[in-house]
Amino acid sequence: MSEPLVFHYDVDGSDFTSAGQASVFVKRNLRQLGLDPEIIRRVSIAMYEGEINMVIHAEGGEADVIVTEDAVEIVLKDHGPGIADVEKAMQEGYSTATSSIQSLGFGAGMGLPNMKRYSDEMQIDTELGVGTTVRMKIRLT
Amino acid sequence: MEGYRHSVLLDKDKCTGCTTCLQHCPTEAIRIVDGKARIDSDRCIDCGECIRRCPHQAKKASAGSLENMQRFRYKIALPAPSLYAQFDNLDDIDYVLNGLKKIGFDEVFEVSKAAEFVSEYTRRYIRTEGIRLPVISSACPVVVRLINLLFPSLSESIIHLHPPVEVAARMAKKRAMEAHPELKEEEIGVCFISPCPGKVSYVSNYKELYDLHIDEVVPISDVYFLLINAMKREEAIESLSESGMIGVGWASSGGESTAILNEGYLAADGIDNVIRVLNQIEDGNIPPVNFIELNACPGGCVGGVMTVQNPFISKSRLQSLRRYLPVSMNRMPEGERYIPQEAFFNKIEEFAPERRLGSSMAESMRMMSDIQRLKNMLPGIDCGACGAPTCRAHAEDIVRAGGQEPDCPILKARMLSEGK
Ligand SMILES: Nc1ncnc2c1ncn2[C@@H]1O[C@H](COP(=O)(O)OP(=O)(O)OP(=O)(O)O)[C@@H](O)[C@H]1O
Ligand code: SF4
Ligand code: SF4
Ligand SMILES: [Mg+2]
Repeated sequence: MSEPLVFHYDVDGSDFTSAGQASVFVKRNLRQLGLDPEIIRRVSIAMYEGEINMVIHAEGGEADVIVTEDAVEIVLKDHGPGIADVEKAMQEGYSTATSSIQSLGFGAGMGLPNMKRYSDEMQIDTELGVGTTVRMKIRLT
Repeated sequence: MEGYRHSVLLDKDKCTGCTTCLQHCPTEAIRIVDGKARIDSDRCIDCGECIRRCPHQAKKASAGSLENMQRFRYKIALPAPSLYAQFDNLDDIDYVLNGLKKIGFDEVFEVSKAAEFVSEYTRRYIRTEGIRLPVISSACPVVVRLINLLFPSLSESIIHLHPPVEVAARMAKKRAMEAHPELKEEEIGVCFISPCPGKVSYVSNYKELYDLHIDEVVPISDVYFLLINAMKREEAIESLSESGMIGVGWASSGGESTAILNEGYLAADGIDNVIRVLNQIEDGNIPPVNFIELNACPGGCVGGVMTVQNPFISKSRLQSLRRYLPVSMNRMPEGERYIPQEAFFNKIEEFAPERRLGSSMAESMRMMSDIQRLKNMLPGIDCGACGAPTCRAHAEDIVRAGGQEPDCPILKARMLSEGK
């Protein structure tokens, strides 16, 4: 069993235009590991949604992607406002996005549901005023 | 892929190793080795970006020639609609088509005519039940190769319809055989007048895979001057054009999409924009559309590197040329409900995803962590002095070649000045 590979990215919350970059880098690295295109697609969608959430709702944060021979794990950590009601946030269509965010095409309330759909496991740890950590796992076997 | 024949080539004598192309190649296919550019055949998609950017004209596109057409008894020209946009004050496409006959062709078959059929096929295809939407156009061969190289998960979204040029070649041959029963099939030659090296490579590599009927691909820039001399305004001309706004519109970006009529679409042009859009499609981050048109060249095919005119001027000329054309002059026969089977291809070009680093996942992971380690040692300024486009690419090159240490002139200079 080889050492897990870790890719680390700082997700800049102040520069909205760079949101989505980390998922492009991850995609590229996973391809060179020879992962199945469908797996890569799931990782990149899950990663992308999480990355955007950190930018929109939490002023940025950090993303770690941990690759082992069995799974790709994505850990997204921010020091934003936290999520008051996780169950509600997980519902399709629930969003607290402002209208200016919506005019950019975000805020359909589909991010978290998609992250759940495209990952095999997902866990959210959040505390109001402290921050949120989302962990997702996509199994390779 | 083994032995892929590329249209885009390097003229070694002219290359100064200046690194300009290195920075602009969208697939990072170029390295500078011993002071000269070198193109990695597996990664090159024949987009022509390096031809556009090279300040020393050291990158060129090779193609077929009109002389080669002499081997055929009956010669048919297939002009791309972008050809029409090359001429100043052209108010009638027939001048161009008559010109083609004057320079030696027996017959002309407009690619824009076939494009009108392909537009109709596409409209029907999108409405077929059970189709995974959106579909991506197959018309630009550079985009198809790019998807197979860097976006393999989208490969299945490419619509499996032959591009207009091949549909035109088939129709042209069939029509000529019907009109001239005395001709044998192999005596009829079809010559595409092309805006781009991408189509040259498409024909020279996939003739068998797609059973292509195109015999020769000649650059627009090669026929341009011949045509200028052959096109005489005063003379009475034959009326030959058989296409409308829809077909001619395919020459510029968005034209193919507007022909899809009421379906939602997205159109992007220029290789960097295309890559951005493909990334977003993979991330599931695009509006709900049914059709995606992607053109590698800026402005669409009018921006191909084998054209002579600036693409924006071409675009504006096309607009005035299209103004008085009927919307479309070709439609499927009344009552015909299905897209003809021969308009489809079965398998797509060989799947050539970006090469995996090692022979197994475990080995690839070890190599990736070496790449990360090397990358962190490097200065991160992507200067190109080592011959690779980025520090990351250099780290990858070293690791792939089995090395452990970076070979970076900047690092060496720093170490020298620090007296190490
Ligand atoms: N990292 C986070 N920090 C704080 N709140 C969050 C975070 N991620 C999600 N939320 C909250 O959960 C809600 C639902 O998130 P979700 O991603 O499903 O939808 P959205 O981001 O509002 O819209 P969409 O993802 O469709 O653009 C958000 O509106 C926000 O209130
Ligand atoms: S044609 Fe395009 S892909 Fe090929 S080397 Fe030039 S820039 Fe790179
Ligand atoms: S956009 Fe048109 S001209 Fe350019 S490479 Fe693609 S098919 Fe050729
Ligand atoms: Mg979201």
